[in-house]
Amino acid sequence: MSEKTNTETAAAPKSTSFHNTAEELIFERSRTGRKGYQFPELDVKEEMLESLLPGSLLREDIEGETEVSEVDVIRHFTRLSKLNMSIDSGLYPLGSCTMKHNPRINEAMARREGFAYSHPLQPEHQVQGSLELIWQLEQTMMEIFGMPRVTLQPVAGAHGELTGILMVRKALAKQGNARKVILIPDSAHGTNPASAAFAGYTTKELKSNSHGTLDLDLLEREVTEDVAALMLTVPNTLGVFEGQIVKIADILHRKGAFLYCDGANLNAFVGVARPGDMGIDVIHSNLHKTFSTPHGGGGPGAGPVGVAKSLVPFLPAPTIERRDDGTFYQDFNRPDSIGRVRAWNGNFGVLVRALTYMRSMGGEGMRRMAEIAVLNANYIRARLKNAYHLPYSDPSLHEVVFDDKNQLVNDVHTLDIAKRLMDFGFHPPTIYFPLIVPGALMIEPTESEPKEELDAFCDAMLAIAREAAETPELVKSAPHTTPVRRLDEARAARQPILKWTPKA
Amino acid sequence: METKPMRYIPNAEQDVREMLETIGVDSIDRLFDSLPKDVKLDRFLDVPGPWSEIEIRRSLTTMGFRNVRVDDKPSFLGGGVYMHHQPACIDQMLLRGEWLTAYTPYQPEVSQGTLQSIFEYQTHQSLLTGLDVANASLYDGSTAFVEGVLLAQRVAAKKNKVLVAKSIHPMYRETLRTYVQNLGLEIVEIGMAADGRVDLAAMKAACDERTFGIAIQSPNFFGVLEDYDAVREIADAAKAAKIAVVAEASSFGIVSPPGAHGFDIAVGEGQAWGIPMSFGGPYVGFMVVRDELKRHMPGRLVGETIDVDGKKAYVLTLATREQHIRRAKATSNICTNQALIALAANMYLSLLGRAGLREVASQCLQKAAYLKSKLAATGKVEFPFSGPVYNEFTIRTKRPARELLAALAGEGILGGVALDTWYPDRPNDYIAAVTEMNSAADIDRYAAAIAKAL
Repeated sequence: MSEKTNTETAAAPKSTSFHNTAEELIFERSRTGRKGYQFPELDVKEEMLESLLPGSLLREDIEGETEVSEVDVIRHFTRLSKLNMSIDSGLYPLGSCTMKHNPRINEAMARREGFAYSHPLQPEHQVQGSLELIWQLEQTMMEIFGMPRVTLQPVAGAHGELTGILMVRKALAKQGNARKVILIPDSAHGTNPASAAFAGYTTKELKSNSHGTLDLDLLEREVTEDVAALMLTVPNTLGVFEGQIVKIADILHRKGAFLYCDGANLNAFVGVARPGDMGIDVIHSNLHKTFSTPHGGGGPGAGPVGVAKSLVPFLPAPTIERRDDGTFYQDFNRPDSIGRVRAWNGNFGVLVRALTYMRSMGGEGMRRMAEIAVLNANYIRARLKNAYHLPYSDPSLHEVVFDDKNQLVNDVHTLDIAKRLMDFGFHPPTIYFPLIVPGALMIEPTESEPKEELDAFCDAMLAIAREAAETPELVKSAPHTTPVRRLDEARAARQPILKWTPKA
Repeated sequence: METKPMRYIPNAEQDVREMLETIGVDSIDRLFDSLPKDVKLDRFLDVPGPWSEIEIRRSLTTMGFRNVRVDDKPSFLGGGVYMHHQPACIDQMLLRGEWLTAYTPYQPEVSQGTLQSIFEYQTHQSLLTGLDVANASLYDGSTAFVEGVLLAQRVAAKKNKVLVAKSIHPMYRETLRTYVQNLGLEIVEIGMAADGRVDLAAMKAACDERTFGIAIQSPNFFGVLEDYDAVREIADAAKAAKIAVVAEASSFGIVSPPGAHGFDIAVGEGQAWGIPMSFGGPYVGFMVVRDELKRHMPGRLVGETIDVDGKKAYVLTLATREQHIRRAKATSNICTNQALIALAANMYLSLLGRAGLREVASQCLQKAAYLKSKLAATGKVEFPFSGPVYNEFTIRTKRPARELLAALAGEGILGGVALDTWYPDRPNDYIAAVTEMNSAADIDRYAAAIAKAL
């Protein structure tokens, strides 16, 4: 840290511990002749390459590839890792992402040899353990959703959305009319319209009412014979529960349309209420959000989809079934299935982690998880509501959305507040989303945070609000203590450099 | 219903009391008043738990033991998932919380580790495939294949027909059919010639002015290496995009890559870069394209830039392609991808590097040739395809493949994958794969078991 930044950030109560020296690319660490691996000597008779591969398909060299030792690799990736913020180091309150603690027993279980060294094309009797795990997870998710079947094939939330909408389409097509339109509130995640488009639908945006929720009169008008489904996030991206959910389902069902639930925010009500009991026909859940599998810098995830009885025939094939004798098998004989949405059986390793977590929590723990997640978010809301403007004052559950209205008078924007939080040692919340809130700051603490961490975060937010009034330049030029400061993002897009190039 | 504190949920009764006071309500239940009463549960979910770590280990370990693990016996299973060695340091590094518990690097100032790693991963992909621009990862080989076809269609304006080799992994083709069932694409499958390569005459006959792309896999599902140049010539005549699928990515170490033969799009499965088999996932799908296609790509891209002090830094870029900006008009709906597995791949490719990737590929190639010669020497097997292979090949015997493989399993050998599941006209054919994990002794044992079983 330079002298200059030290004085500038004297107000920050918490220092960051980044490795502040730039780390060169692994390709730049390369030195001729170094190696980071050893294989056994080739123990079979070596044939001439030319006798095995035609000349036009023989590769001579991979020019530019690395020559590094194991020490080089470990140092490099350790140093790089220190440039990241993570849940393990503190609150990571990205709204809609549910950045909760990732228990390490999950990791240990996914690495059990029986699971890690199980090949997906082994004969059925050799993989009974893997099939049972998938079956048990499905049973557990059926109870969580209150629905008769769940597919575990989709590997991400968006993948689950596509799977769900494809099922809706196939069900409608089977009735004789696949219909044309998916309705989506203006507060929805961007994946919703994108997934609907890939299922062959056009999308129509529904404007939210003054509470940020769905306008039922509008919905009544918009649900025509052309509408296949409504994709609704519950609770919505403001953290507000759609209190009229049962009525919403009824409006759709009367017109033969389906209610799709984006379950990204399931953490708000797991064990408190069940989607299936509300009239929801199809829902995806993100196991990497609600069920604690690690986000890993952006994946892998899993996006299981639960369906009501009317959609069961259309589930992706194969399904995993149990025979009367207690053995398990894959059922490929599903004539109405939408087909496979991916090779193999989903992100199996993620499924092991999620089941481990569900067993750790049990029914009581899952409810506790929702309760404390909602408590923590409301605590932040209570502590910050006098300093930050709350665009919607309706009760919220697991997340709270503020905006920058109070700070704009000093020309301090949401982006500045987010960047300044980094100097206090916190990852920023989700910003500028949902789109219905200009300058949104969407905060989701999850149940993982102890009160003192929430207090430290609120203290930082309050300090930033004061700075915005007293020393706005300090906020607008933040961050000051991070490994790099604000980036020239326009330059990255204008003259894209998307890989390292060997020096000529 | 009162809930109790738990090991992953720090706040206990005193914290809860103080927080409720600050909020100004008298119980947690009041915070859920916005939920309609008649949908609220009046019981706990009926699921097992809460369990201690001891109980979890007991239950899941028992379940794991009900699998037959493949790493401690001779296994020649492939078919898109291969047993390669993952150096021990990789998993140790992945478990660092800074990697494991970070999210998508939306805030670049505090995510340079993840961003730089993706940039390095993109570089490896480009070097391996001989193409210009790689994305940050896709779900797996099957969905990467779908995205490759959709990308080719996006840039081809009004064309709607794609030629797909029937020797592309059957599950990849099934996934394609699922994805495009409502998008008005015509998929024409092209069969194999006698050498096991795609039937070039049939391909040429099917390729017309409506064809926007031709997709082949090499090594293909039968293990045979395709003739990239011959396929390119057919595609070029119709101005169709050339899409190469690679499901055994260790082959890049010794097989000339699609980029060197004028292909436009390389997609595939990165599991072979030492990723555990884990019953089918999580793996990592890759996509690498010609520079002109980069703005049409699906998924995340990381680019280099500078910060306000002029310091080099990395950032997610060209985001206007993506769902959070473009919504219904995005190039893909993908958001969460396979970042941690791409990181593992980056570590693997970095460790092995220029010489190691060559060596592992060379060992696979040599050992497969050795198995082939040992099997030939039994005089009891045929090889139905004459084309060149890398580390996997097709075997035919006089016994139904399922029966033969069951007999081998009885000897403790996982001999391969029967083809009749996907190709019912091939009841006696199966594929066997060989990697650096198979010793000469394993291979000798396999050949002896085959001789005995036939």
